[in-house]
Amino acid sequence: MSAVTWNHKDLLGIQDLSPEEINFLLDTAAAFKQVGERTIKKVPSLRGKTMVNLFIEPSTRTRTSFELAAKRLSADVINITASASSIAKGETLKDTALNLQALNADIIVIRHSAAGAPHFLARLLKAGIVNAGDGAHEHPTQALLDALTIREKKGRINGLKVTILGDILYSRVARSNIWLLTKLGANVTLAGPSTLVPRAFEQFGCRVTYDIEEAIHEADVINLLRIQHERQRQTMFPSIGEYTAMFGLNKERFARTKPDALIMHPGPINRGVEIDSEIADSSRSVILEQVTNGLAVRMAVLFLCSGGRFSAEGTE
Amino acid sequence: MAHEIVENNPDPGSLAFIGIHTHGVPMAKRLSAKVSAILKKEFPVGELDISMHRDDLDLREIPPKVGPSQIGFDVTGKSIVLVDDVLFTGRTIRAAMDEISDFGRPRQIQLAILIDRGHRELPIRPDYVGKSVPTALSERVRVGLVEIDGRDEVMIER
Repeated sequence: MSAVTWNHKDLLGIQDLSPEEINFLLDTAAAFKQVGERTIKKVPSLRGKTMVNLFIEPSTRTRTSFELAAKRLSADVINITASASSIAKGETLKDTALNLQALNADIIVIRHSAAGAPHFLARLLKAGIVNAGDGAHEHPTQALLDALTIREKKGRINGLKVTILGDILYSRVARSNIWLLTKLGANVTLAGPSTLVPRAFEQFGCRVTYDIEEAIHEADVINLLRIQHERQRQTMFPSIGEYTAMFGLNKERFARTKPDALIMHPGPINRGVEIDSEIADSSRSVILEQVTNGLAVRMAVLFLCSGGRFSAEGTE
Repeated sequence: MAHEIVENNPDPGSLAFIGIHTHGVPMAKRLSAKVSAILKKEFPVGELDISMHRDDLDLREIPPKVGPSQIGFDVTGKSIVLVDDVLFTGRTIRAAMDEISDFGRPRQIQLAILIDRGHRELPIRPDYVGKSVPTALSERVRVGLVEIDGRDEVMIER
């Protein structure tokens, strides 16, 4: 049994984690995955705890995934969205958070358009804070579920060639993935339009290329990212049609990838833009497995961030 | 213990074994092999990791390492022999029974224990006991098994 343990009340990002902690989290997630396959898909681990989904930025899949993860652990869940809360009436994030603390929330899952918002809450509150996406900074549970999926399908992460293709500049998924994959020893290549894939990303220990053919040719894993129109302040490429022609994963390009290369996408997918519809539905696409693994990863994160904080004597 | 299990289960068709992580697992395999040798019949063996069902998450210094439970058969209608190395407070067994009910509805759950060291905190008693060893609360009982520790032994540490 590994001696690695988890001793954080928060999960703010991948950048602060050691490779051992990441693997511990993935092992825990693998154990929780199997709960979803039981007759009764629920364990009592977080009975009596309250989790708040504080989504200041819209999201359906991540919020639902966290909500279901908490429910499978028997926690009570409250959902707060920006439009349907006092935030619309001018309340600050700090005041919203202090109100949640006054209600004795144990874990707050936060998504916010400002990078660093979860870190701010973590310093302010006693509750555990889980980052569900902060601006273009980090989205740690997405990177963890991607890693769990790769590990399941390929048996390892160390030494694999992973290509992340698309909108890197505005993508928190890309940043969390780059940190996680390089920490675990993968060779990461970033590709896409030069306006969305700055050379500066090379300082994170990955390779940047603008030649899509070369980027996908040798890859063991191809992770496609959606163009984040909502975050772009100006048009970063002439047209969607041109993006698809230059960087979309179409059948011709797909035919030139390695026969066992995994096709991943964090969703929501834009069929016919970054990925051809048939490829999204092909046997090499693991997009729906990523969703299943997301639930397991979030269960593991909620479980680990709830444990042991009160530090009484350890029981056998 | 294997003979007692045979005597107590006149209908061995529904018999199955479930070991509790970690030491209960090889013990469940050994017991099922012994019962198989007597009855000339194979029995399903599953393993249970009860970390998700414990009630002391808040009391521990660090969260426990959680492993998967593997029960590759339908527990509904089965007579389950639950196997663990040491019976102490009974809380592990309570958690294990809760977890088994999440997989289905067994006809019966029986409990086989190598060492019963006393100090129960719940109304739980074993059906099959290797040896009852009265202990002080401050002592620790450690079971070693060839499959995990390289040798079979029982240690009482002060």
